[in-house]
Amino acid sequence: MPDPRNELPAPGTLEAFVQQALDDARQRGADAAEAACSGDIGLSVNVRKGEIDTLEHHRGRDMGVTVYFGGRKASASAGELSEQAVRDAVQAACDIARYTSEDPANGLAPAERMAVDPPELDLDHPWPLPADEAVELARDCESAAVEADRRIENTEGAGVSVHRGLHAYGNSHGFFSVLPESRHSIHCVAVAGRGEAMQRDYWYTVARDPAALEDARDVGRRAAEHAVARLGAESLHTERVPVLFRAPVARGLVGHLVSAVRGSALYRQASFLVDSAGEQLFPAWLQMVERPHIPRALGSTAFDAEGVATAESALVRDGVLQRYVLDSYSARRLGLETTANAGGVHNLEVSGGEEDFDALLRRMGRGLVVTELMGQGVNLVTGDYSRGAAGFWVENGVIDRPVQEITIAGHLRDLFAGIRAVGSDVDRRGNIRCGSILVEEMTVAGQ
Amino acid sequence: MNEHAEAATATPDPLRQAEERLLAPAALDEARLGQVFSRLLRPGVDFADLYFQAARREAWVLEDGIVREGSHSIDRGVGVRAVSGEKTGFAYCDEIDLEALLDASSAAGAVARSGQSCTPVAFRGTAGRGLYRGDDPLASLSADEKVALLHRAEAAARAVDPRIVHVVVSLAGAHDTILVANSEGGWAGDIRPLVRLNVSVLAAAGERRESGSSGGGGRYDYQQFVEPGRVEAYAREAARQALVNLDAEEAPAGNLPVVLGPGWPGVLLHEAVGHGLEGEFNRKGTSAFTDRIGERVASPLCTVVDDGTIAQRRGSLNIDDEGHPSQCNTLIEGGVLTGYMQDRQNAGLMGMDRTGNARRESYAHLPMPRMTNTYMLAGPHDPQEIIASVDRGLYAVNFGGGQVDITSGKFVFSASEAYWIENGRIQHPVKGATLIGNGPDVLTRVSMVGNDLALDGGIGVCGKEGQSVPVGVGQPTLKVDGMTVGGTQA
Repeated sequence: MPDPRNELPAPGTLEAFVQQALDDARQRGADAAEAACSGDIGLSVNVRKGEIDTLEHHRGRDMGVTVYFGGRKASASAGELSEQAVRDAVQAACDIARYTSEDPANGLAPAERMAVDPPELDLDHPWPLPADEAVELARDCESAAVEADRRIENTEGAGVSVHRGLHAYGNSHGFFSVLPESRHSIHCVAVAGRGEAMQRDYWYTVARDPAALEDARDVGRRAAEHAVARLGAESLHTERVPVLFRAPVARGLVGHLVSAVRGSALYRQASFLVDSAGEQLFPAWLQMVERPHIPRALGSTAFDAEGVATAESALVRDGVLQRYVLDSYSARRLGLETTANAGGVHNLEVSGGEEDFDALLRRMGRGLVVTELMGQGVNLVTGDYSRGAAGFWVENGVIDRPVQEITIAGHLRDLFAGIRAVGSDVDRRGNIRCGSILVEEMTVAGQ
Repeated sequence: MNEHAEAATATPDPLRQAEERLLAPAALDEARLGQVFSRLLRPGVDFADLYFQAARREAWVLEDGIVREGSHSIDRGVGVRAVSGEKTGFAYCDEIDLEALLDASSAAGAVARSGQSCTPVAFRGTAGRGLYRGDDPLASLSADEKVALLHRAEAAARAVDPRIVHVVVSLAGAHDTILVANSEGGWAGDIRPLVRLNVSVLAAAGERRESGSSGGGGRYDYQQFVEPGRVEAYAREAARQALVNLDAEEAPAGNLPVVLGPGWPGVLLHEAVGHGLEGEFNRKGTSAFTDRIGERVASPLCTVVDDGTIAQRRGSLNIDDEGHPSQCNTLIEGGVLTGYMQDRQNAGLMGMDRTGNARRESYAHLPMPRMTNTYMLAGPHDPQEIIASVDRGLYAVNFGGGQVDITSGKFVFSASEAYWIENGRIQHPVKGATLIGNGPDVLTRVSMVGNDLALDGGIGVCGKEGQSVPVGVGQPTLKVDGMTVGGTQA
């Protein structure tokens, strides 16, 4: 018997609520409106020391509507789906819109940019995994971590998460779409050593298709290897050295670029990269391309959060910034056109070289490998960068010892211009796909 | 500063109001909830609770003289939890009705397979503390008045200096009604207002641009922002920070004495010791503070508390999210570790008392031990004397966020306004830099504690395992003899 808690709403139901929101908005006098509705279901299991820690069933539904009265804008949302909730939300938005100001940059994205014929991206791969089997899989993952090394003294557990969502979006241009998507993951957090020497690290795998996940036992083993490798970590002396960002943290570095060229930061002049389109920010061999239509990829989408059709598009070509990351509002503020980035970038790929991680270590020779970054010490207004770090000290092209309780600092412009290599070890677990990044020099502070 | 309120601002029976708002519309009464608990208490389940919630929020944003955005949201639902020893089963529904509750109960209760059966106990109401009024803050000003408040703050920021080139003012309010019922007869409700006003500015001079931000709020209504001078003070402070940083020089790198200012720099305590003292990490043995109660973890000058009982503070609670009254818990007394922060499950498994620290972001999230308002008590030193004691070091007075690895104990927090001290005197401002230290020993290096305890202005948000909750921090001026400062000037 199908459990009603495991069912998504029917696509027609979501379409009806979106249509109701648009109709209600028009009846209340709005010139334009857009609405989104979604349903999500999921299961997440955490196992620790072989026993269930938490078993969570997720089932959420929500809706949001934005109304425009000329250039006045307001929005409202509700954490439920019903005719009453939609009616109330539209009314709340229309009430607020009486008090917001006329802003000529407000409005829907241009009608001619809507994704009228979206490509099929194969994003929905339901995983009908019963809770018992999810628990078994998490147990396998955790036990692989514990068995991997006798120095794994403890764990924070291993988890399996299964998720499926159905998302509908429509606007008063007549654009409407409803699409299902899935996302599943397995993770493990291992603790090595004990007392003051204790170290923790993790690994995870995430994919839309469960068949594309890494083996659960491999996830556990990698978490264990990472935790054990940190045992005995000490601080460093303060000096300027080359820094190699391991792929999972290198993605963050690219994320700072994306944040600094986002329209909302630019029109506020709150970015160190104001007016930087056309500038040589990176070495001439470096390319960054957004590829939103990769089948089954985590960041794939046929249209952005405003219904604008996405397409392959270079962000950085031969080291030169080609464009900004804009939605329709910030584009109008800047006198430009939307780049289909309402909601962010979609599979931004940084071109990797031929060198794998070990080759990058050899190229660096002596310096710091960063595997973990802590805190939010990145000032996008000035470009000043200062963050806590942990990783490994490298001598003669090989890892010498683990390090911790250090900071790395510099200016993002110098970091970008000082990139010496991007590795072939691409991490594809997110919207930014990038290998390890070797930077010429940063200030490392320690004891 | 430490106003342990005596019901001066109490609301007329928040529990009755919560019943009216959350249960009455769905015709849920004790008998029907008894049915739900019968479903939930499968053999092996030794505790279960239901968390009913209805929340309404709004936000207004003024940017460059125009009210650019307004938004409103409502969310309601029930979280259903079944606990069996160390196991927790959880499900939630976003409608409040009997059928959905029964479905969710079947799902959550399935975490237990076998064991003893327990029967629900008749409900008896728990009174919370009367730390704040339950009136709807969203209704405390008209829309016109809210807009006027935003304009007032903007005008004040622009009036400070022509170099202030961009101003964003935001006003946000939430009205949150909760009711918790559990299988041991627990029955408690709370109505939680929360407001916040923030001013962010950008200052420009020549090629340089710097930002500044200031604001505050708490568990009260918008009327407090209307008081003369309040929003003007936020605006001037945001502008002052941005202007100071226009002249900031490169920050130093290396191990240095650090003087931290009073108030918000207490984020040090939140990261360095707070998270590591949350119950579940110590039950599981993954915290750097595991099994260290009774040991010295700070200099004798340091006494640190987590206090959920301060009237109208952002991190305060009349009851925690398991219905337990909030408390003032001493975490470190005279430098010695005295206690952890607990929820019901972890306290029970560790054989300790509950501390009123069970919190959750919403009905759709599981509760866990969380901080409320965490601060260090005042010490004997004059703040001027503390600065004068430093030959060469950093004086940091404003911070962004922080982060901690509770297992290795390493934590960071990032200064956004700091000055170089030389020969006991404050010199020039330096650029923001991250400070990194080791939680279990950073407080052992606290050599001076000021007599100027201050709490932050009501701006803190704590994130843990994907759940955000409002918190407060505070401290007097204090001196740490050596910390790693992450500037660029080696």
